[in-house]
Amino acid sequence: MALEHADVLRAAHLARLGLDDDEAAHYLDDLGRILAMVDQLQTLDTEGVDPLAHPLETTQRLRADEVTETDQRDRFQRCAPAVEQGLYLVPRVVE
Amino acid sequence: MHDKTLTELAAGLAAGEFSSRELTQALLARIDRLDGDLNSFISVTAEQALAAADRADAARAAGDAGPLTGVPLALKDIFCTEGVKTSAGSRMLDNFIAPYDATVVEKLRAAGTVSLGKTNMDEFAMGSSNENSFFGPVKNPWDRDAVPGGSSGGSAAAVAAGLVPAAMGTDTGGSIRQPAAFCGITGLKPTYGRVSRYGIIAYASSLDQAGPMARTAEDCARLLGAIAGHDLRDSTSVARGVPDYTEELDAPLAGLKIGLPREYFGEGLDPAVESAVREAIRVYESLGATVREVSLPHTHYAIPAYYVIAPAEASSNLSRYDGVRFGHRCDAPADLTDLYKRSRAEGFGEEVKRRILMGTHTLSEGFFDAYYKKAQQVRRLIRQDFLDAFDEVDVLMGPASPTPAFDLGARKDPVSMYLQDIYTIAINLAGIPGISVPAGFVGHRPVGLQILGTHFAEARLLNVAHQFQQATDWHLRRPALAEETL
Amino acid sequence: MQWETVIGLEVHVQLATKSKIFSGASTAFGAEPNSQACAVDLGLPGVLPVLNEAAVAMAVQFGLGIHAEIPEVSVFDRKNYFYPDLPKGYQTSQMYHPIVGPGEVEITLEDGETKRIRVHHAHLEEDAGKSLHEDFHGMTGIDLNRAGTPLLEIVSEPDMRSAKEAAAYLKAIHSIVTYLGISDGNMAEGSMRCDVNVSVRPRGQASFGTRTEIKNVNSFRFVERAIAFEVERQIELLEDGGEVVQETRLFDPERDETRSMRTKEQANDYRYFPCPDLLPVELDRAYVDHLRDNLPELPADKRARFQEALGLSAYDAGVLSASREMAEYFEVVKEVCGDAKLAANWVQGELSGALNREGLPIQDSPVSATQLGELVSRVMDDTINGKAAKQVFQALWNGEGDSADEVIEAKGLKQVTDTGAIEAMIDQVIADSPAQVAQYRDAEPDKRGKMIGYFVGQVMKASRGTANPQQVNALLKEKLDALC
Repeated sequence: MALEHADVLRAAHLARLGLDDDEAAHYLDDLGRILAMVDQLQTLDTEGVDPLAHPLETTQRLRADEVTETDQRDRFQRCAPAVEQGLYLVPRVVE
Repeated sequence: MHDKTLTELAAGLAAGEFSSRELTQALLARIDRLDGDLNSFISVTAEQALAAADRADAARAAGDAGPLTGVPLALKDIFCTEGVKTSAGSRMLDNFIAPYDATVVEKLRAAGTVSLGKTNMDEFAMGSSNENSFFGPVKNPWDRDAVPGGSSGGSAAAVAAGLVPAAMGTDTGGSIRQPAAFCGITGLKPTYGRVSRYGIIAYASSLDQAGPMARTAEDCARLLGAIAGHDLRDSTSVARGVPDYTEELDAPLAGLKIGLPREYFGEGLDPAVESAVREAIRVYESLGATVREVSLPHTHYAIPAYYVIAPAEASSNLSRYDGVRFGHRCDAPADLTDLYKRSRAEGFGEEVKRRILMGTHTLSEGFFDAYYKKAQQVRRLIRQDFLDAFDEVDVLMGPASPTPAFDLGARKDPVSMYLQDIYTIAINLAGIPGISVPAGFVGHRPVGLQILGTHFAEARLLNVAHQFQQATDWHLRRPALAEETL
Repeated sequence: MQWETVIGLEVHVQLATKSKIFSGASTAFGAEPNSQACAVDLGLPGVLPVLNEAAVAMAVQFGLGIHAEIPEVSVFDRKNYFYPDLPKGYQTSQMYHPIVGPGEVEITLEDGETKRIRVHHAHLEEDAGKSLHEDFHGMTGIDLNRAGTPLLEIVSEPDMRSAKEAAAYLKAIHSIVTYLGISDGNMAEGSMRCDVNVSVRPRGQASFGTRTEIKNVNSFRFVERAIAFEVERQIELLEDGGEVVQETRLFDPERDETRSMRTKEQANDYRYFPCPDLLPVELDRAYVDHLRDNLPELPADKRARFQEALGLSAYDAGVLSASREMAEYFEVVKEVCGDAKLAANWVQGELSGALNREGLPIQDSPVSATQLGELVSRVMDDTINGKAAKQVFQALWNGEGDSADEVIEAKGLKQVTDTGAIEAMIDQVIADSPAQVAQYRDAEPDKRGKMIGYFVGQVMKASRGTANPQQVNALLKEKLDALC
């Protein structure tokens, strides 16, 4: 599956990675070769094989519905780049 | 003291030959002297280490010492450590002081160990050479022109250089075993789910697993016992008792059935590495093991499957680094999209971006079935290869890496770098445990023998590795660097 | 042209768990910003989710309540997108294997007719935080307290054909989740939110028209108004030869209109894939059966029982079963007095009237169900008459006594049934009203029936309302007719 410049820009946008055109061209080249390597998968017949999401096929353990966490806002916000009145600040969100 | 094993140091502490403070001070001084060149640490936490050492000495004086009380070690900078910078080797987290402890860190603390600091690594554990670190590459203590391997390159180099007797690493596609092999130490990747992932900065969640890196299998056994176990905070950790991994170390190997995967001795394997590995296998035969060839027919597809699954999971796991709640934030963002795009473009390095783009692309509409679903199907076939092999043999053996450590800067092309992990990557896809033990040299550069077992066979792997180390002395060799500067 | 409206609803219900779906942080409403956002909710590096048992149980209860299939295995997926109120850059949701399969909800329309609306599936997911747009130097503030609150998203088939049906469906969902106690259903606090998919097509056409999605419509009334506006907009557009664009729209209740959300973004591509931090959720049959056996009676069943076993009208049964609180109140009144119809009349009449006047929900009624039941009993056993009963009710409402009996006693409202006493009062009234007696006597016999009302009123007044009206009537007629 051939990769195009637009595909790289699209992925970069979806992943919110700022890329200029030169960088996109550079990644296009790399990703093209990685995908060519990955495309070896297509030569294998996997008809009827169940996808494996986890190496150990166990099931989810459930937690009792209990409040175990306390307010640690000050501690958690010490590593935040911009807070005010306990809120995280971002450039204005337009809806 | 720096050339002793962790087991020996623990015995010395127990016998009162030296205090934890003395030991800690000696190693801190050694780090100070040698690590400027090696660059194996991102952060040295001398103050916290000395405080922990004093607590350990006090506990010992009070008769409260456990088997690891006062033992120094280091943590890969991927384990969240409360009050300490936890960077994952990234500019993105250069300013991140973790507000909590990873479960592994908590357990090691509870066991009384003393962390000397946080070791260098490939950014977000993505790499096989430790050249992808925002904090610069790490040098291989055996040969300063060579890489230490990656992504746990700092941990491997620090142990090899005698800066610490042991360090914690993580392994997503070989990141403990390959640097252990390159640096001539012993490194164990446990079964997926054996050690809690809580507090370990995620790369690829269905593949990541933490494990010990030390001089000997015996040291690894002691450390695994301390960090393994079910964790209520990690849904993927397994509720299964933790055995005393040291108990079976001395079991004789007579009758051990070893399988040699045909695919691990083929094209691309450095002949000198192959001969070292074959020599190691002859040692096992002399210990009473039998050897036969087996096949893991889907080996060829492991790297392609991995480079779909791991980047896909990573692309999602790394979305939280958005400049809002923690981590790097660009200056004066014009709007929200600019905040995201610039913070992430500035915070992430090239390899991380490559994998985010790769994962984003393969998960996007129209590609999911052809890539992600296909890779998961292949993943099942790969795991089945191993399960079939373990019906016939007890352990599998082969090289940990097709070559010894390569030169710094030698591998520019990402695909050729990825292919480096041909012998380690399938193990993560299958979730089985693997250990790399020193098995010789090519020139100055060490060779690692990889031993694989079925799920939860860690005790057996450690026994098999330990018996080899009783019969050989590769693991006792020390790089000249360490010798010179005594 | 005749147009037909086609509506499907996605209802998000906040589940009433104590802690969040994947963390042990509290879900309580109204806390200080970010004080209930723990490490997991914030998506700090290294944290991992663990699923809340109660969220699973509540989702299954809902599924059982709408007679849905409950698959043995459900799986959490990640929906990837960037937004400041979404801390991890993905929402953990269920795309491919939801916890609740196809089911159906019965709705009752205003004419008392019922209709079945199919539910496509319901899935569990985590709520996002909130963006606060007050001015922080031109910045937006993010509060993540709500992030991680468990949501059940209930996705209907496009089975509704009018705004009224959509509102009835939303009410039915509201009543099911509140009956089950799996949500407080508080729409003002956002416990229930709704996305509406609307399209129109020429009547008789089999295929659907292009639909728009109206986001976040948060009251029963707004659902009706938003749909009404949107249907009109689409029809006008089509009749003018235009086309409906598939898009997301917002309802503005102040202007009573929907408008397109500005989307300069490329079409979203959420890159769903199974969440590798969570394992498949397996529900064993015994667990599901246990939940089924302990399910409370749901509105539809209750309504049927009220009609069939208690003999109530379809309308009364519908009103009294609409909310769990209303039904519980009614059932206590009925239990205490033993007469379902009288109980229904009192709950819907005097009580509902008073509640509406004061704007109180039934659970806050100053008159308890037991008090009302006792009051109705006193009417039934002729201790008081209907008029006095209203006085007793008012007194109880005002807190002037703990029970009907106490009020009756204190106010002397006990009905007078002693014939002698009533006769004495009648004699007095007749003696005091010579003019009216004369009119009565002169009237045609068939007009006299009406005229007797005056005398009844006077006697009741004289008895301060306590005389038994039937007796008064009979005795008056006897005495007046004797004068003729």
